[in-house]
Amino acid sequence: MIELRDISKNYRMGELDICALCGVSLSVKQGELIAVMGPSGSGKSTLMNVLGCLDRPTGGTYTFEDREISAMSDDELAHVRNAKIGFVFQSFNLLPRFTALKNVEMPLVYSGVPGRLRTERAIPVLEKVGLQDRMFHKPTELSGGQQQRVAIARALVNRPPLLLADEPTGNLDSRSGAEILNILSDLNHQGVTIMIVTHDHDVAARCKRIINLKDGQVVGDRLRT
Amino acid sequence: MNFLETFKVALEAILSNKMRSGLTMLGVIIGVLAVILLVSIGEGARVYITKELTGLGTNLLIITPGKTTTSGGFHPPSAGTVRKLTYDDAQALRRRAWLLTDAVPIVLGTGRIKFRNLGRDTMVIGTTPEFQRVRNLFIGIGNYVSQNDVDTKAKVVVLGTKVKEELFGDQNALGQVVMLSDARYRVVGVMQKKGTSLGWDVDDVIFIPVTSGQDLFSTDSLFEILASTPRAEDVERAIAQIKDILIKRHAHKEDFTIQTQGAMLSTMDTILGVLTAVLGGIAGISLLVGGIGIMNIMLVSVRERTREIGIRKAIGARNSDIMAQFLIEAITLSGVGGVIGIILGVGLALLIPLFVTVLPTSVSLWSIAMAFSFSMAVGVFFGVYPARKASLQDPITALRYE
Ligand SMILES: Nc1ncnc2c1ncn2[C@@H]1O[C@H](COP(=O)(O)OP(=O)(O)OP(=O)(O)O)[C@@H](O)[C@H]1O
Ligand SMILES: [Mg+2]
Repeated sequence: MIELRDISKNYRMGELDICALCGVSLSVKQGELIAVMGPSGSGKSTLMNVLGCLDRPTGGTYTFEDREISAMSDDELAHVRNAKIGFVFQSFNLLPRFTALKNVEMPLVYSGVPGRLRTERAIPVLEKVGLQDRMFHKPTELSGGQQQRVAIARALVNRPPLLLADEPTGNLDSRSGAEILNILSDLNHQGVTIMIVTHDHDVAARCKRIINLKDGQVVGDRLRT
Repeated sequence: MNFLETFKVALEAILSNKMRSGLTMLGVIIGVLAVILLVSIGEGARVYITKELTGLGTNLLIITPGKTTTSGGFHPPSAGTVRKLTYDDAQALRRRAWLLTDAVPIVLGTGRIKFRNLGRDTMVIGTTPEFQRVRNLFIGIGNYVSQNDVDTKAKVVVLGTKVKEELFGDQNALGQVVMLSDARYRVVGVMQKKGTSLGWDVDDVIFIPVTSGQDLFSTDSLFEILASTPRAEDVERAIAQIKDILIKRHAHKEDFTIQTQGAMLSTMDTILGVLTAVLGGIAGISLLVGGIGIMNIMLVSVRERTREIGIRKAIGARNSDIMAQFLIEAITLSGVGGVIGIILGVGLALLIPLFVTVLPTSVSLWSIAMAFSFSMAVGVFFGVYPARKASLQDPITALRYE
């Protein structure tokens, strides 16, 4: 499904050239549940942003579902983000002025789904993450765990084959974190490919594959048995 | 993403910051209001003057002494060397210019009219009976100056209503004797009340026979000759006829000017059209300033909502979606401001004449259409830069923005 070959991401800081990713190669198969681990500053978020088409790598090739991402135009990337990849952030990134329902409907707006149909499709997804009675609340009226569940519902509403989560439980207490994790592993059982960045070994323990990063390089990639 | 959706998003953004949106709109509102108001005042002046000039009587020809090459305009300055227009010239036109219904000799001056201990400085017009018809000013009580009065240089006077009221009040004026520059005149009539026309009070005038007027002002020349033709199509031929007759009488020199009412009208029309355009242009500048206000607010708004832009892009918004969102927001601000400005402007333009009677206004559809499309254009013009700036943001940089 995903094929990274020699991906690098460099930042110019004055005279210095910092590489956040220095030649990362890996492949991901349909239906995997992967934990991405590594010390702070090792390039985990950078990797996720590249995978999520939010950021363009400075070198290497990225193939997603047999299509070359690096060669795509801005509009094509927007389409991939909209339909193919769900992204869950550590800091939720909901639109504060809109209700949970409107937030979840938002990706459908950009895929051109008409108004009534959007609501019809958003409601079951909110039910799936257990928020049927919070649909008309704004993000500020929700707890952190609830906000993250809205964000997951938003990431799922277009039924993308890939879900990327960058420290989804990082801002949550352990109980909310566990709930989020249950939702993600349920999704994986339904066939969604998931990659989770985490510092938590308990989280990693629930994944079948663990990728370790250090200084922008893959230093470990093992399957749990 | 369709237009209605984008429009809803824009409207939501505008409503979420009512105070700021309102103040931004105010710039456009004032601009549009000023355009509508000033143009309607300019137009009003045009309509008013056109109406007044048309009211002077149809197919009027004004013959003045002296030659000017300028067509139209009001009375040319009479040079000292030119030959004068005389009563006999008018008589000749009357007899021989068969295309003219009237040729009215006119002398003009000011004089002091006295009745008992009351006196008044007023305009004195020496005319013939046809003056009434040519200028659409008619006798109210008694009689106007008659041809016999003209022939005999009779010392008779017809009073404008204002002069009559000032000197006689409610008393009957007919038959009374007034003093006009040390000569005794008998009042034979009082005009109908007419009011102000083109800035002078036609009720504050007195009329005497043209011949008596020449005596009064010690002159043998005329101020002008007013002529009229029955049909508009005849105007050109009538001018030729007048020239033919007068040139022969004036030693084969064209030392007079014939103005037509049509030429005067078009001159005034041009002057007032330019005036209206200048007023509109000045008001347009304030609309432009309003547009800069919109750009300013949109730039602030783009910066404030950088994170929102990042989120929208992360879930699949294309650059054009973001561009449309901010552009429509700017156009909505200016469009709504434009509509409010039009409503207020038209309302004020209709109210003004009720309170300030000397300021006639005329709201024209084209000024409304122009003000509205101009305000929309301002929204597009000043919205494009901020919207483009928003749309070109890099998603990950925008998401990190605090
Ligand atoms: N915009 C940027 N400009 C310059 N350097 C950057 C930028 N973004 C990231 N970096 C650098 O790239 C490296 C990797 O950053 P990244 O955010 O991927 O780390 P991370 O593994 O997600 O860390 P954490 O666990 O703390 O989230 C860091 O050294 C960071 O300083
Ligand atoms: Mg990170």
